[in-house]
Amino acid sequence: MTSSSEDLDAQPLLAVEDLAKRYGRHMGCEAVSFRLWPGEVLGVVGESGSGKTTLLNCVAGRLTPDAGRVLYSDRLGAVRDLHGIAEPERRMLMRTDWAFVHQNPRDGLRMGVSAGANVGEPLMAVGARNYGAIRSAAGDWLAKTEIDVGRIDDPPRTFSGGMQQRLQIARSLAAGPRLVFMDEPTGGLDVSVQARLLDLLRGLVTELKLAVIVVTHDLAVARLLSHRLLVMRGGRVVETGLTDQVLDDPQHPYTQLLVSSVLQP
Amino acid sequence: MTDMLRLCDVSKDFVLHNQGGAEIPVLLGASLTVNAGECVALTGPSGAGKSTLMRMIYGNYLTPTGSIRIRHEGAMVELAGADPRRVLAVRRRTLGYVSQFLRVVPRVATLDVVAEPLIALGEGAEAARARAGDLLRRLNLPEALWPLPPATFSGGEQQRVNIARGFAHPYPVLLLDEPTASLDGANRAVVLELIGEAKARGAAIVGIFHDADARAAVADRTFEIAPLATAA
Amino acid sequence: MSDATQSAAAIPARDPTYNFAYLDEQTKRMIRRALLKAVAVPGYQVPFAGREMPMPYGWGTGGVQVTASILTADDRLKVIDQGADDTTNAVSIRKFFQRTAGVAVTEKTAEASVIQTRHRIPEAPLADGQILVYQVPIPEPLRFLEPRETETRKMHAYQDYGLMHVKLYEDIARHGHIATTYAYPVKVEGRYVMDPSPTPKFDNPKMSDCPALQLFGAGREKRIYAIPPYTKVESLDFEDHPFTVQSWEQRCALCGAEDSFLDEVLTDDKGGRMFVCSDTDYCGDRRAQGFRGEAAEDAA
Repeated sequence: MTSSSEDLDAQPLLAVEDLAKRYGRHMGCEAVSFRLWPGEVLGVVGESGSGKTTLLNCVAGRLTPDAGRVLYSDRLGAVRDLHGIAEPERRMLMRTDWAFVHQNPRDGLRMGVSAGANVGEPLMAVGARNYGAIRSAAGDWLAKTEIDVGRIDDPPRTFSGGMQQRLQIARSLAAGPRLVFMDEPTGGLDVSVQARLLDLLRGLVTELKLAVIVVTHDLAVARLLSHRLLVMRGGRVVETGLTDQVLDDPQHPYTQLLVSSVLQP
Repeated sequence: MTDMLRLCDVSKDFVLHNQGGAEIPVLLGASLTVNAGECVALTGPSGAGKSTLMRMIYGNYLTPTGSIRIRHEGAMVELAGADPRRVLAVRRRTLGYVSQFLRVVPRVATLDVVAEPLIALGEGAEAARARAGDLLRRLNLPEALWPLPPATFSGGEQQRVNIARGFAHPYPVLLLDEPTASLDGANRAVVLELIGEAKARGAAIVGIFHDADARAAVADRTFEIAPLATAA
Repeated sequence: MSDATQSAAAIPARDPTYNFAYLDEQTKRMIRRALLKAVAVPGYQVPFAGREMPMPYGWGTGGVQVTASILTADDRLKVIDQGADDTTNAVSIRKFFQRTAGVAVTEKTAEASVIQTRHRIPEAPLADGQILVYQVPIPEPLRFLEPRETETRKMHAYQDYGLMHVKLYEDIARHGHIATTYAYPVKVEGRYVMDPSPTPKFDNPKMSDCPALQLFGAGREKRIYAIPPYTKVESLDFEDHPFTVQSWEQRCALCGAEDSFLDEVLTDDKGGRMFVCSDTDYCGDRRAQGFRGEAAEDAA
């Protein structure tokens, strides 16, 4: 969506090289390589157990891979090896540059504190110390994610599932990340609520020029959100390409099966 | 005369791995050049591969053999086997496509559906919406419908939204798949007018027109796609 | 108020059946090592192998173990609970050390070399060479929002302290101001965020740049932490909601002090009440110097 994503020679924001993760003898993911540029949404699709969530967690620094590298180009253009740097540095990156949206909002929110504090926490974590400014930023984010600003002091446990997920998105974006990881972001939601969330995500991703890796088993979600797709099976990437091309003209037997198995992808 | 689109010896077959690896050839050795300001109509019986060829040009279908080159920002760019990011860049600035069916995003207002390609190119939201409104007005889509998502519209209304979206940005190359199908006479005339204007500004157009009158009205020449014998 | 030096006479001198200050020497050494580490890393919670003490958790077992480990025969001990020397908890602990260590005791802040406290810092300024030992129930300031110890330890290690301000944010959102008045979190020497134990925030400024050594012992949680003398201690706050201490419209009804922490005391069952210094020694001192509050006018 941005000029930077059109500059084909530009440095990628993220380069994943030959990543592998095993759980004992069981393979989580293996030989995964891809690159991601600013403003680009990469969809990772596959069935349960295909290794897509393992891959996401390794790339997001939440799991340590057994092999391979995750190289991130920071705001100053310096390339940092995510699993080679010290944990404090990695955590700092996660606070300032990265965000993670969980399938279950309970995993990404503090259910006991107010919506405003949930959105304000990432700001406070990077040093915001003006209550008025934090609160007004939180209010802006609630409005952006279509949550009534009057609910700013209510805890998320009083919110519906769709609202909780929107709040999690507000929280994850508040500190201005450059890269967002999403694990089945529309997972446990009703279809009508899903549509609203997808539309919201699409708008925010374009507006904020975010780079996003979104893991989903739902091909319709992948089609709406992502520019490019990785299709995973048995821990390996079996096909990659432009989203609509992979879904409309799949080449790998597994992708063909996947596409033909769903109702109206 | 500037060549905008060059197809060279393009072939395509589908391999259905889950049906015993059946190979279905669709196109064999198609070569075509389209110049600026020219409209070429693809002809041939149903199932001959007209839409397939169009989708290959758009990058929606892979091009396993042959070359598809397009003039993008002053230079000829190979689309067959191109990096997805290159295809997206070409689609954004150079290559427009009006498909037969509008694939709607749930909940997005019609006006925004039409304005989206302009906003993606960095145009201001207000200017983009104004341009979208002009097109929708020209295509006689009642203003009351503009704030609504097009999912519930009639086929003809959806088709007009689709056309407005395809013409919002002055793409140097346009692909039109049955742009006048399911339109009444008045709206068909508007679409033909839009195509004429696009040609006048130098757009290279590849179209599929079922309607012979429409084809005769805008196409400078035809490109016949003959059906291949279906493989066993 | 009883005179502690007098009542000390009523208690038999050190009971020889106990090791000096109850704990065995190995245990005291172990605790002293933890204390040294705590002093070396101000505000950092050092785990230690806390022992069972002959009193229930919540009665100051952490503070008692720290005091037992640092006490020498020459020390003069003062024990206060909510600022008072004569409450049950303070009296029991004082007797405990008189019996097990035979040390001299006092109620005078200025005379004490070691002061064990629950919930207050004396009003009289502390001096070089004095040691203040706090009894701590919950040492982890982040526990309120993060229940996992593995996580809070990392948060301290990486100075990941955004969460602390979440608590203060919630206060302001709910009450219009930072309503936390006890256990108000502080940052020690610009590094570790620390729970100052349930002292009122009124006492927070006294912790900073204090000439005395401040030691904190949490018995149930088995943690020790410390603020060495002359260490910077800042109370967390927001730019637009700066830290402030409590103030009272009243003065102490007994001594007329307007600069001390006041307790509200009910005087009858008809709603009668008065405000008096929570620090009984400070109040007594002032009265001895001739200061008088409203309620004390007649008694004088």
